[in-house]
Amino acid sequence: METQQKFIRVLIVDDEDDFRETIVKRLNARKLVSEGAASGVKALEILKTKDFDVIVLDVKMPEMDGIETLRHIKKLKPEIEVIMLTGHASVEFGLKGMQLGAFDYIMKPAMLNELLDTISQAYHKKCNVDY
Amino acid sequence: MERNYRKIWWRHWLAITCFSVIPLLFVSYSLYALFDRIYTEKVYETLRNSVANQRESLELYFSERISQLYTLANTNTFEELTNEVYLNKVFDLMHVRSNSYMDIGIIDDEGRHLSYVGSYYSLLKNVNYKNEPWFDAVKANGIYISEIFLGFRKVPHFIIAVMVRDKSSSWILRVTINLKNIDDIVQKAWDGKQGDAFIINKSNKLQTKPRFGGNFLESPTLNSVSNAQSHHEDFDYSGIIATKVERKTFFGQDSFFAATPISNSNWILVNKESPEELLSPLLKGKFWALFLTITGLVVIGCGAALFTNSLVNKIRETDHENATNFDMLMQANKMIALSKMAAGIAHEVNNPLASIGETAGWMKDLLAEEDLAGSKNFTEFDESVDKIEKHVIRARKIIHNLLGFARRMEPAKEKINVNNLLEETTGFLENEAKYLSIRVEKKYADDVPVIVSDLSQIQQVVLNILNNAIDAIGSNGTITVSSRYLHKSGQIEIAVADTGKGIPESELTRIFDPFYTTKEVGKGTGLGLSISYSIIEKLGGHITVESKVGEGTVFTILLPKH
Repeated sequence: METQQKFIRVLIVDDEDDFRETIVKRLNARKLVSEGAASGVKALEILKTKDFDVIVLDVKMPEMDGIETLRHIKKLKPEIEVIMLTGHASVEFGLKGMQLGAFDYIMKPAMLNELLDTISQAYHKKCNVDY
Repeated sequence: MERNYRKIWWRHWLAITCFSVIPLLFVSYSLYALFDRIYTEKVYETLRNSVANQRESLELYFSERISQLYTLANTNTFEELTNEVYLNKVFDLMHVRSNSYMDIGIIDDEGRHLSYVGSYYSLLKNVNYKNEPWFDAVKANGIYISEIFLGFRKVPHFIIAVMVRDKSSSWILRVTINLKNIDDIVQKAWDGKQGDAFIINKSNKLQTKPRFGGNFLESPTLNSVSNAQSHHEDFDYSGIIATKVERKTFFGQDSFFAATPISNSNWILVNKESPEELLSPLLKGKFWALFLTITGLVVIGCGAALFTNSLVNKIRETDHENATNFDMLMQANKMIALSKMAAGIAHEVNNPLASIGETAGWMKDLLAEEDLAGSKNFTEFDESVDKIEKHVIRARKIIHNLLGFARRMEPAKEKINVNNLLEETTGFLENEAKYLSIRVEKKYADDVPVIVSDLSQIQQVVLNILNNAIDAIGSNGTITVSSRYLHKSGQIEIAVADTGKGIPESELTRIFDPFYTTKEVGKGTGLGLSISYSIIEKLGGHITVESKVGEGTVFTILLPKH
C-alpha cells in the first residue's frame, strides 16, 4: 500500500467510451494509476475491491447519474475525493455535487492540464486530511 | 379573440340607463302624483270657498231686502202706503239709494191690489192675487221669496212679499227685485273665458241666465247641443241640500261644478269652471315635470354613454394588454423550447467534442514520445494535432455561448467577480457612449467579494440600465458606474447614475410596471425594466431608482453574496 501511494490512483467514471479510455491512457502516461468505469454501477462494483484517491465522475450518465453515484460513493468510501465533470448546462449539478461533498467541478470539454491540476489538488487535500 | 365592443357598449349603456331611469321615473311620478293630488284638493277648496262667498253675498242681499221691506212696512201706515202718490215718493226714495226694486205694490187681505208703483201699472193695478200660489204662502209664513215666474205680466221676474199685521187688519207689501242685482252677484263667478255661474230652482229650471246660452225657466244645457243626446247622466243639482263640489262630465263637457243651496229660498247656486283654466298651473307643472324628466333622461343617457365609453375603452385596453401579454407568453414559451433544444444540442455535441479533444491530446502525448528524426512528417502531425485542439477550444466557446443563451431562462449559479462583470458590460457600450460624447466613469471598490449568482442575467440587467442611461442623456453627459460592498448587510451594491433628463416623481412608481415606457411608441416594449426587476428579485436582490427631473437618475442594484 505504501509504495503505491506515490502514484495517485484515479477512477474515471464516464459512459463515453472513447473519452474515458483516452483519459485513462493519458493519465497513466503521466504517472497516475487510473482506471475507467463505464457507469455508476460499474464504478461502485470496482470500488468494492479496489481503493482510489480521486474519482472523476461524469454528471450525465444513463441509469445512475453522477449525483446518485456520488451519494453512493460518499456512503461507501467518504475519504475518496470526487471531481464532477459537467456540461455547461449542468453547472448546477456541479454545485450540487459540491454540496454533497464533491471536491470541485470541471466543465466539459476539459483540457487535460486543468483536470490534472484539480486531481492533484484533490489528492493533496485527501492526504492532508489523512495525516 | 376580437370582442363585439359595440354589443358590450349597448349592453352596459342599457343597464346603466335602466337602473338610473327607473328611480328617476319613480321619483318624477311620485312627485307629480303628490302635486296633482294636493293641487286638485286645493282647487276643490277654492271652488267650495268661492261658491260659499257668493252664496253669502246672495243671502246677505236677500236679508237686507227683507229688513228694508219690514222697515218700510213698519214706519209707514197702511193708509199712507195705499196712497199711490205717497208710495211713489217712498219708492223713489228707495230707488235713489239702491237700484234693487222694479216695482212695489200693496195688496189687502183679499188679494186686491190697492196701490202700485212700477212700469206695469195698467196691467197689474186691477188684478186680484187671491188665487196666486205665493199669496197663500205669504199669508201662512209672513214672508215669501219667490222663484222666477211669469205672473200676470208674462215676464220672468221674482218678488219678495211680507205680510204686515195691524191691530185691525193685515196686508201685504210686495216688491219685484231688480234681476240685475242678482246677476251682478252671480256673474262675479264668470271667471276666465269659460267659467260660468247661474242659479236654478228645485225643479232644475234656470233662475238666472247662464253665460253661455239658456233662458229663464229652461233646464240648463251648458250650451251644448250636439252631445245632449249622447250623455245619459242628466245635469241636475236641484236636489242637493248641502254644498257639493265635483268634477263631472255633462253633455260631453268635462268641468268642475260647485253647487250650494241658498237658504231662505228655493234657489241653488251653480258654479262651473273649465279644468283647462283651473288646472293650468297643474298643466304647467305637468309640462315642467315632463321637461325635467326628459332632461334628466337625456343627461342620464349622455352620462351613461360617457361612462360606457370609458368602460369599453378600458376593456379594449385590457384586451389589448392581454393580447400583448399572450404574445409575450408565447414568445417566452418559444424561447424556453429553443433554449431547451440549444442545451440538448450543446450537451450532445459536448461529449464527442471532449472525446475528440482527448484523443487529439493523446496523439500529442504519443507524438512526444516518438523519435523526432524517425518521421519526416512529424512537424505536420504535431501542427495538425494542435489545430484539432485549437478548433476543439473554438467549438467549446461556441457551445459556451449557446449554453449561455439557454441558461438565461433560469438563474444559474456561478462565481462572479462583480467588477469584472461591470467592466465587461460597460465595454459593450463604450463605443456608442464615445460616439454620443457620453463619459463613462467607473468607481469600483476593491473589497467587493466574488459572489455566486447568474452572470449573464446580471449582465443583461446592467446592460439594460446602461442603455436606458444613454437614452436618457441623449448626448453630452456622464454615466457613473460604481460598485460597493456593504459590510453590514453583506450585500453588493451596483449603482448606475446618469446626468439625463430625469423621471418625474409621478412616473417613478410605475417605472417597473410591465409595458410602462417613456420611449416613443414603437421604440420600446416597456418590458426592459420590469424584466430587470423580476430578474434581480429572482436572484434574491433588489433594484431601486431615484431621480430628479433635470438632474438625472440613479439605479441601484443590491445583490446578495450568494
